[in-house]
Amino acid sequence: MSKTVPVLIASIVGCIMIVANFSPFLLPARQIAEDWFTIVATIAMMLGGANLCVHHLKNISDREAGWGFSAVTLISFFITIAVGLLKIGVVPESEQQVKFAWSGPFQQEGSGFWWIYQYLFSPIVSTMFALLAFYVASAAFRAFRAKNLEAILLLITALIVLVGQTRDREITSLFLPPPAEGMPQHVPIADLTEFIRKTFVTAGQRAIMIGIALGVVATSLRILLGLDRSYLGGDE
Amino acid sequence: MNRETRFWTVMFLGGCLFLAFQSLGTARGVGQQFVVRVDATTGKIIPPATGASDASSAVKTVIYEPASKDDPEAIWSFSRTAGIWIAALLTLCIFSYLYRDNVCYKLAESIIVGVSAGYWIVTNFWEVLVAKVLVKLAPNVARYSFLPDTPVDVKADYLYIVPVVLGCMVFCRLIPKIAWMGRWPLAFVVGTTAGLKLTSFLDADFVRQVRSTILPLVVFSANASDVSTLDWKQSIQNIVIVISVLSCVTYFYFSVEHKGLVGRISRVGIWVLMISFGASFALTVMGRITLLTMRLQFLFDDWLGLVRI
Amino acid sequence: MTSPLLNKLNALDRRWIFLAMALAVLSPILLQIGSDETPSPPTIKLFDEIERLPEGSRILMAMDFDPTSAAELYPMALSFTRHCCLRHHKLYFVTIWPTGKPMIESTIKAVIGADFGSGDRAYQYGVDYVNLGYLAGDAVAISQISSDIRKARPQDARGTSLDELPMMSGVISVKEMDLIVNASAGFPGGKEWVQYAATPKKIPIAVGCTGVQSTQLFPYYPDQLLGLVTGIRGAIEYETMLAAKYPDPYANRSKRPAFLRGGAQRWAHRLMIGLIVLGNGIHLANRYRRTPHP
Repeated sequence: MSKTVPVLIASIVGCIMIVANFSPFLLPARQIAEDWFTIVATIAMMLGGANLCVHHLKNISDREAGWGFSAVTLISFFITIAVGLLKIGVVPESEQQVKFAWSGPFQQEGSGFWWIYQYLFSPIVSTMFALLAFYVASAAFRAFRAKNLEAILLLITALIVLVGQTRDREITSLFLPPPAEGMPQHVPIADLTEFIRKTFVTAGQRAIMIGIALGVVATSLRILLGLDRSYLGGDE
Repeated sequence: MNRETRFWTVMFLGGCLFLAFQSLGTARGVGQQFVVRVDATTGKIIPPATGASDASSAVKTVIYEPASKDDPEAIWSFSRTAGIWIAALLTLCIFSYLYRDNVCYKLAESIIVGVSAGYWIVTNFWEVLVAKVLVKLAPNVARYSFLPDTPVDVKADYLYIVPVVLGCMVFCRLIPKIAWMGRWPLAFVVGTTAGLKLTSFLDADFVRQVRSTILPLVVFSANASDVSTLDWKQSIQNIVIVISVLSCVTYFYFSVEHKGLVGRISRVGIWVLMISFGASFALTVMGRITLLTMRLQFLFDDWLGLVRI
Repeated sequence: MTSPLLNKLNALDRRWIFLAMALAVLSPILLQIGSDETPSPPTIKLFDEIERLPEGSRILMAMDFDPTSAAELYPMALSFTRHCCLRHHKLYFVTIWPTGKPMIESTIKAVIGADFGSGDRAYQYGVDYVNLGYLAGDAVAISQISSDIRKARPQDARGTSLDELPMMSGVISVKEMDLIVNASAGFPGGKEWVQYAATPKKIPIAVGCTGVQSTQLFPYYPDQLLGLVTGIRGAIEYETMLAAKYPDPYANRSKRPAFLRGGAQRWAHRLMIGLIVLGNGIHLANRYRRTPHP
């Protein structure tokens, strides 16, 4: 019972989603399922927020190493939620909205939530990703070594594409005779980069794509037929 | 005081002196932000308030738009100036990790975990729970609270209680006795996704990709005088694509042992994949460097004002 | 056989490499060195399509990115929007990223608000452009608006009912769009727009993506993707084409953010190439040192 009903739910909803592609009569049912999906997934996400609180509260109560940082996380979490839900700093934007103090857009420029996004969220996340530029450089120096044929292919392609991505590629045309009048200068490395993109990169990625597609189709079918129940977890 | 501490103390004091000089000695200052007051309902700029009796102070819908310092109606913005400073200091906190893991980095990391989780919850609360669920279940409440533009003829659709209840069942997972009920919403989400992906992946990523690989190996094209000639460039390209895709797919086919001919073909597949990953590496480098450029532009333009972009 | 230089390079602290990278990126910023680009065929195709579409065509601008990818995609979003405004197309902004809404607002403000908000043919909200805001549900949201936009969201980002907006009359789903232009940072993004909207509904789509994501999208081009603008290089290419065709708005360098990032890109790529070559030189020297010589 504890697993039969969920398997039935998954199968019925999944079948509706598929059959609606072939029968317009089922399209409204599919639209309802999609609408419900959004709502269910959103509420389920709140569970993630609850888990975050439980995890960090436990860290604080157990006085684990770095519990102070857990406190910072919780404080920033609750401040963000409070500022966003209370719409602090939001003002009505139209005559209609003036009568309803809570009606302005929650991300309005100048509001508290906008400030958090602009001056806390945005700089921290983008700088964290920017750090990778340094580590990629370090890895290029230390780990990107021509040890065997596969590594040599990887390395040479990376070098060609690195040159081909900036105008430095034009250096490769310096050794060529000038083009005929009205014709563009031939840039060998640009052509080579384009050839690699059109052939090897496209082909490699296409093969990966075909493999993934077959995997997704097989897994989806197993779920819809009730053969794969791993997503339901263990017995409880 | 060891050599390292001495070095960083000198760097810190030097930085402070530079900031003081830049703040006081230059017209642009450091991170100074100016705004103009705008009436949100009319879009008109409100001149800076001159006192409590000023008519502009009665306007309830004042929003602030960024402005140049030279604008006669511009006023200094404390919140935005503080924001630029905080953003710059947090940027430096993250960059400090390059030297070594430290408290400043951990602090910024902890802030972002909380802010990100809060951001997602708030956004989904307003965009889904209010804009979708509340409008469907109680349109009048939505109209008289958060969304005054909700049409008056919208009728409540109580069917939306079902996804709300289903969604709330997720929290059953926190109570061991009824944890099994938490599987229902999960099954709904998994079933919808499986049904949606099955046809889409089959169509866009399998059938279409196979079709795009079925290419003529010898291509003829008409030249200027309408004579059909061998297009050797396109022919080579097509041959390489077909051979590369087939060899890569062979490499991914694990039901047959990679020996003999299959082994040789799959080896070609590995080479193709390596070339593909090499290009991915170079393109990834491009993205990360651009991001670093953006952060440095922020520090040196928006904050320090050393360049004007 | 020993070499003090080789020993030093073998033990080089990675922080020197970090410093070199910082200087390679910072110097062009301080010296304000930019870089133009020669347009590549996938970028030219999108540009030509926006040029070819008759004035007033409906274009869905899907801005699926966040601050972590804004360095590459925001300049693209500005160029795409500016180009569509110059051609006076109708713009339908939407995002399936929760962090994408501020990006849409910023784009609208920087382009429509600054350059197309006044004059005889000023862009009017609800008539010439609309912000449909954030659609929750990832790929499901794309599937939803492919069959009925109002099912996904009955109001725009300002809370106005879609039925009250003149430009929404006759628009039921994405099928009514003449073109989808997507700025994509990852999942959900360009791939999902191709899978759930463009391919099944046969709607022309062009994607501007990050360098990281581009290889994933190459197999779709040109059969399922009309155009593909890749990373900052693609953004510079697009700006270059726009500047050549419509020079006036581009007299101001601040309106070409990608161009200004091109210089740093060039120097950083040179450093990367140098590091790879040097790293392999050290590797070969180490191998030579370890090999016994008669």
